[in-house]
Amino acid sequence: MNSSEGLKTNSANGFAIRTDSVSRHYHMGGALVRAVDGVSFEIRKAEFVALLGSSGSGKSTLLNLMAGLDRPTSGAIFAHDRNLAGMTADELANHRSHTIGMVFQAFNLLPRMTLEENVELPLRLAEVDRKERATRVREAIARVHLEARLTHRPTEMSGGEQQRAALARALVNRPTILLADEPTGNLDSATGDEIMLLLREINETLGMTIVMVTHERPRAERFAHRLLQMKDGKLISDGAPA
Amino acid sequence: MKISDLTELAARNLREALLRNSLTTLGIAVGVASLVAMLSLGVGLQELANKRLSSSGLFDAIFVGPHMNDRGFGRPRAQNASAPASNAAATGTNPSATASASSGGNADAAAAGQRPSTQASSAERRNEERPLDEAARQQIAKLPNVQEVYPEIRFSTEILYDGNPYMTMVAGIPDSARNGGAFDGMKGSFFSSPNADEAILQIDFAKQLSDNPDSLIGKEITLRYAERQPIAPEHPESQPPPGSAAKPGKMKTASQLEGANGSADPTDMSPGFNVIPRQEKLRVVGIVTTEPAAGAGAFGRGRVLIPEIPAEKLSAAQQNDLRDILRGRSGERTFATLTVRMKKPADVAGAEDAIKAMGFSAFSLLDATKNLRLVFAVFDALLGLFGSLALIVASLGIINTLVMAILERRREIGVLKALGASDRDVRKLFFAEAGAMGLLGGIFGVFIGWLIGAGMNFGTNIYLQRQDLPSIQVSSVPLWMAGLAIGFAVGVSLVAGLYPASRAAKLNPVEALRYE
Repeated sequence: MNSSEGLKTNSANGFAIRTDSVSRHYHMGGALVRAVDGVSFEIRKAEFVALLGSSGSGKSTLLNLMAGLDRPTSGAIFAHDRNLAGMTADELANHRSHTIGMVFQAFNLLPRMTLEENVELPLRLAEVDRKERATRVREAIARVHLEARLTHRPTEMSGGEQQRAALARALVNRPTILLADEPTGNLDSATGDEIMLLLREINETLGMTIVMVTHERPRAERFAHRLLQMKDGKLISDGAPA
Repeated sequence: MKISDLTELAARNLREALLRNSLTTLGIAVGVASLVAMLSLGVGLQELANKRLSSSGLFDAIFVGPHMNDRGFGRPRAQNASAPASNAAATGTNPSATASASSGGNADAAAAGQRPSTQASSAERRNEERPLDEAARQQIAKLPNVQEVYPEIRFSTEILYDGNPYMTMVAGIPDSARNGGAFDGMKGSFFSSPNADEAILQIDFAKQLSDNPDSLIGKEITLRYAERQPIAPEHPESQPPPGSAAKPGKMKTASQLEGANGSADPTDMSPGFNVIPRQEKLRVVGIVTTEPAAGAGAFGRGRVLIPEIPAEKLSAAQQNDLRDILRGRSGERTFATLTVRMKKPADVAGAEDAIKAMGFSAFSLLDATKNLRLVFAVFDALLGLFGSLALIVASLGIINTLVMAILERRREIGVLKALGASDRDVRKLFFAEAGAMGLLGGIFGVFIGWLIGAGMNFGTNIYLQRQDLPSIQVSSVPLWMAGLAIGFAVGVSLVAGLYPASRAAKLNPVEALRYE
């Protein structure tokens, strides 16, 4: 599929993300690995979806496909009706910059930068004016309640604070979709709940679509609107929490 | 990403691995220093050679002599010459009375500056030697961009000092030589004025006069020379007939006599001139170690240098006076050579052609200068090549450093891409880091190179001082070289950064984010 197709509007409006038999296969040591295999689903705008599954089920690969960090082997994946599979590398970079915010299990803050500088980084990449940057950075940091840590480096912050900092960084470019890959995986239960509350608040107050990869079903059932269960690269269940 | 953000991030990254990046930058600095030191030596030597040649007046000077005539003494050549009309006529100058006389009745046309109609008269006029006299000097001085025209004054003399006579050569030195560089590093001072009765001694001659040459400065020496005094003509009736271009009162030349009578009449020759011994007191104002009076304009060496104007006024008998007698020109003095100094070397070629067109021989060392420049260009290229080798080796250091940085910052590159950095952004970031190392290394390298050059100058001058020789500058780092070296360092660094930057840009973000 060429880049121009990526710009085509999908007929199914109202979805933040829609996949159509999307697959991601790769070879490892001569064996074909079907990390994601013909998965189709839709995620509505402002929906909070948890992607569940055991290790190797393909949930993180699917998240990367939604983020535009990886390309599907086949099928289509639409974000706000634009097919990511047909986008050029630059268009995908633009998609990651403006449409997507990402949070990782390992926080992935740059250790030599302060909290403020880490949060400012996506704004630099998006070429936002320096004056506007300061405002947006303060806003994002205020939303995760880290105003007192502005000049602290990641190593000077706790795990929960680091994840909140990563959340602020993901929010600073005002994306419409937040993709969180095991955001509570490195945190204790209480801190994990704090992060989940924060995600819920963001979802509710900003109307942001959230897709969260997790293997913690109870927490997912507690916070998410909808659970997608994956196994061996396939979507095995899709429904509201019990 | 904006350039300001790119620069900021690159600087931050460079500060992160400070030691490694500093060592890489130092490697570039050493490479640039080697390049600059080599080139500065080449340029310094070239400047030194140029300065020395300029001091000799070779670049902007034209040396003018009478037209060469291999038949000698102005006799006409064979009448088969088919060359165009004489240069003198072509330029509208009066080709002298002798031409009129020898062409037998064509005098009016020649005097009017018209092109002679017959092949024979043309050949005669071309072969006739035009005297290099005061009129010629004035005519040459009127050419465009001529700074000054002065005759070569050089004569044998006897110097009396401390009661002892010393035979030597005296040379006249124009006042323009004051700024020419030939007298740089002299002891004492240049002439106080263009008319001063002062002398500058060449060191070898000064050593003859005194064991302590410096003590001669301020002392008086006596110059004994032979003054030339013209003898008035005894046969006024031998003047040229009216209508001829020859001036009344002037003696006929040998060719006039030949042309008129078919053969020279010894009884009609000039009576010559008187030679009267004279002496002049001069005050020694300086001692010079170079030989400013040597060179193309003064084939002999002047050991006692005096200002040109008083030197001319002395009217001392010179070697070409004998030639003037034989040619019957004892009435009006001619010059053996004239030195024409142009405002700049670029003016030399045009003036040289114009002077030749006047009927004189003229030559300059412009072609020799061009060859010299060619030699130095090749020399500089070779030095630059050897100097660049170190920089090329240093560029391998950049590649190594950046490749290491990719490995170390693999996860960071993944994060940047996840946050929206394009491949181009990542590539530019690594380019900026390579360029910054090149820029810093280049600036530092130029400084080290300049220090090496200064060290070479210092060492050379210590050696020269011990040899009792004047100081020189063998190494020179002009601004263009500094700029070129820094630019070259940045260029080489960017080329070295091509591979790492491309590799970083192509990094799969998913794999990079998984990297521990």
